[in-house]
Amino acid sequence: GKMNQEEQVQVLGLWGSPFSKRVEMVLKLKGIPYEYIEEDVYVQKSPMLLKLNPIHKKVPVLVHQGKSIAESLVIVEYIEDTWKTSYPMLPHDPYERSMARFWAKYVDDKVMLTLWKACWGPESEREKMVEEAYEGLKYLEEELGDKQFFGGETIGFVDIAADFIAYWFGIAQEASGVMIMTAEKFPKLQRWSQNFVGNNIIKEVLPPKEKLMALFKAQFGNNASN
Amino acid sequence: MGEREEVKLLGTWYSPVVARAKIALRLKSVDYDYFEEDLFGSKSELLLKSNPVHKKVPVLIHNNKPILESLNIVEYIDETWNASGPSILPSHPHDRSQARFWSAFVDDKWFPTLIATTITKSENAKAKGMEEVGEWLLLLEDAFISISKGERFFGGEVIGFMDICLGSFLVILKAREKLKGENILDKSKTPSLCKWANEFLADDTVKNVVPEIDRVVKFMREFEAETQTRA
Repeated sequence: GKMNQEEQVQVLGLWGSPFSKRVEMVLKLKGIPYEYIEEDVYVQKSPMLLKLNPIHKKVPVLVHQGKSIAESLVIVEYIEDTWKTSYPMLPHDPYERSMARFWAKYVDDKVMLTLWKACWGPESEREKMVEEAYEGLKYLEEELGDKQFFGGETIGFVDIAADFIAYWFGIAQEASGVMIMTAEKFPKLQRWSQNFVGNNIIKEVLPPKEKLMALFKAQFGNNASN
Repeated sequence: MGEREEVKLLGTWYSPVVARAKIALRLKSVDYDYFEEDLFGSKSELLLKSNPVHKKVPVLIHNNKPILESLNIVEYIDETWNASGPSILPSHPHDRSQARFWSAFVDDKWFPTLIATTITKSENAKAKGMEEVGEWLLLLEDAFISISKGERFFGGEVIGFMDICLGSFLVILKAREKLKGENILDKSKTPSLCKWANEFLADDTVKNVVPEIDRVVKFMREFEAETQTRA
């Protein structure tokens, strides 16, 4: 039957944001239809966004059953709790779940920022950031091991959290000229990136490479020319 | 009774996030062996082996498997010993998302800002930080009123996830107030949170588990004196 107003899912997002895309990826993997609303947060935050996420004033925000949820990984857990049966993102076993949450947080809190700063950070900090980037990636390489995805045979919570590493980071490296995650140094992560972005559902969600490349170069310039 | 499951907790007496694990274990009536890590000395072999990435407490070791990060540990305890004691996380997905959202807010914004004000030597930065802490307490007051729906705790009649998350910081907060003569949790600004704080600290699962305020005051005083002489 037709979905009523209450059941409809809305996502407020930003086309280029890996945080925003995490939510869309999970909804698509679970086959949950949703209405997407683009928020150009850099130009003007809409009244709708400010009302739905007054505390952080950021995207993504998910609206469902008249209520809004903010923070991408909180949203992903909500989707998982609400639509339990299709495409589970977290393992059944409590220990495995705790490890998935641990690694997702590690990516979110530590790795992402380090990778970004290694590409675009001030020259004075660059060496330290590159070193930290290597360390973070090494832990992830080890954790991934020979699994197809961090989640095992299917995409899971950690893979979604690490979407930036699978896709955005490669483009950021190309745009900045800083090479860190090479196939030689991180063969498993390299293979995993290809599996992830090659997935039929994921690839439909990812923002276009040329658009991201242009955005990065415009916002952060080219290190080679500095 | 089946064979006794091996539950170990690595912690320090001072750490509020270690207290979270202790409270959760107590809520579920789980027996465990506690190992005190040296606050300033070298880290034990077991800690380094169990948490090589962060090398931090708390670490819960259950049947030789290490569980890391305090809120993960609380969830793990909730899921593993789900048949005993009350549910720590709420059951409705939206309530769960609120618990996760606010606990992230406390851990990523509120508490780090509070700690920064205690460390900074700049009066300006301290004042600005304390202002933010105060503003955010008003948000937490609203959140408490909305989530508790008139009951004693965020979790309702019984302590839940959000109570454990924010409540674990109360001893440090109150010790700070005592040490500095400051009023951080202000009855005139956040009356509901003040009432909740007293309920939380008086609760059976909390009061014998968190460190005594005076012990923390003494420790803070000594630590401050130590860092002054080294500065």
